[in-house]
Amino acid sequence: MKKFSRVFTVLVFIFLYIPMIVLLVASFNTGADVAVFKGFTFSQYGEFFRDDSLLRLLRNSVVIAVLSSLLATVLGTMAAVGIHSMRARMRRLVLSATNIPMTNPDIVTGVSLALLFAFFGHLLRTNSVLGFWTLLIAHITFNLPYVILSVMPKLAQMDPDLEEAALDLGCTPMQALRKVILPEIMPGVVSGALMAFTMSLDDFVISYFVTGSGFVTLPVEIYNYTKKPIPPKIYALFSLMFAAILLIMVGMNLLQMRDATNRRSRVRLIGRSENAN
Amino acid sequence: MKNKLLSAPYLVWMVIFTIIPLGVVFYYALTDSLTGHFTLANLAGMGTYLPIILRSIWLAFLAALICLVIGYPVAYCIAQASPTRQRFYSMLVMLPMCMSFLLRTLAWVSLLEDTGIINNFLRLIGLTPLPLIRNNGAVVLGMVYNYLPYMILPLYTVIMKIDRRLVEAAQDLGCNSAKVFQKVILPLSVPGIISGITMVFVPAVSTFYISQKLGSPGTTLIGDVIESQFKAAYNPNLGAAMSLFLMVLIFLCVGAMNRFSGTDGEEGLMAP
Repeated sequence: MKKFSRVFTVLVFIFLYIPMIVLLVASFNTGADVAVFKGFTFSQYGEFFRDDSLLRLLRNSVVIAVLSSLLATVLGTMAAVGIHSMRARMRRLVLSATNIPMTNPDIVTGVSLALLFAFFGHLLRTNSVLGFWTLLIAHITFNLPYVILSVMPKLAQMDPDLEEAALDLGCTPMQALRKVILPEIMPGVVSGALMAFTMSLDDFVISYFVTGSGFVTLPVEIYNYTKKPIPPKIYALFSLMFAAILLIMVGMNLLQMRDATNRRSRVRLIGRSENAN
Repeated sequence: MKNKLLSAPYLVWMVIFTIIPLGVVFYYALTDSLTGHFTLANLAGMGTYLPIILRSIWLAFLAALICLVIGYPVAYCIAQASPTRQRFYSMLVMLPMCMSFLLRTLAWVSLLEDTGIINNFLRLIGLTPLPLIRNNGAVVLGMVYNYLPYMILPLYTVIMKIDRRLVEAAQDLGCNSAKVFQKVILPLSVPGIISGITMVFVPAVSTFYISQKLGSPGTTLIGDVIESQFKAAYNPNLGAAMSLFLMVLIFLCVGAMNRFSGTDGEEGLMAP
């Protein structure tokens, strides 16, 4: 039974990774057809780095992802601290509203924002307001719940006496926030920010509805590509992003592991000093 | 006390960019595109799309079910591993979620096409090629492939948290491993099952890219109709009516499942 489930798990992982392997192999293919491997080459990577328009699209995506995750992290962390100090009924109300973009399908979020922006455009008497700003607003909007929902549990775990102690010892509320609360909830803030960044970088559906011709991100352009055959340098870009994300994830894992062992040894030290007393 | 004020900017943002847009969807769904008067014609006009609506629900349901059947043993297997391995496996599950889902779906096109990798291989070993693409099966495959991680992660989170002592107690009281699974592990993983099904069903029922790439005109889904109302036909009122329908459908499904399980469905929603 155990053996069966292990073999099954391996098969599922193969299923999950086959398309990615296909794309990785395609990035080294001399031919344009993914299904036929003609010969090995690195030239697709060179092509990619020489393609200014593709590099610009990548830059657009990264700019939007960095800005939106940064702003969502600041706004969302503040919001989480505020929501945490609300009364239970109010808190429940705000949190269920926060959940709306997460439970709604992306296409509904995209459509609703597109209609709102069309209305704004109507008010401003311009043809279309769609572009950089609408994209940024949309990304901040769908990133906020991820940040809030990853910070809230850290606030709940925090000892409520800590803040009061800080205030009693003469901290202003601002100082208490900066010196006591923020360090306590930092892991939640960081993981929320990272989640927001990856969601934003890879978002297609919402971006597709709120972007204009003036400012296009990589996923939207890839969607436009698919009506004609895909240039193979896109596969090179995929492979590079795969390598980057793999590195980030392994790095995060190592950090977490070090954190866990540190905490364990600290607990042991505390235990020992208590015994000595 | 002052802390409450910190949430003010967010509350303003949420009202403008989450609550009001939903109101705008209602407004468009219930007004005429030309005159702007109140009408139910958009909602009634959805009647012609009934086969598409039913197909979307059926295929998404099928995908969620297959994900559950495939995902449960995997989540269980991961939860049994040592902590270091658990971290490694859950990273392997999350990694595909971070990579462009458009390109990964296109890779499936190259795999399944009539002149694709699988059929080329079949020809090579002397078998007849199979019609693998442009049918319902290919669309479900695309959904299962894309959303399987959303099933595995919440299941894994819930199974991992199950108290080992409960399992041991059941064994001590004479349950064999099948009984332990049926009476202890399965009931305790219901919250994970519920949120997994929700997280697969919602994006699957509203997708338009998967059906465009792996399906045919005969496998059009609700998402395709909404997309074409905004990007091609430009009838935002009908598109809004469809979006409203989708929203209500999902609200009802999620509500029914949460009532059925007696949880608020939030547990296990986020990856650890």
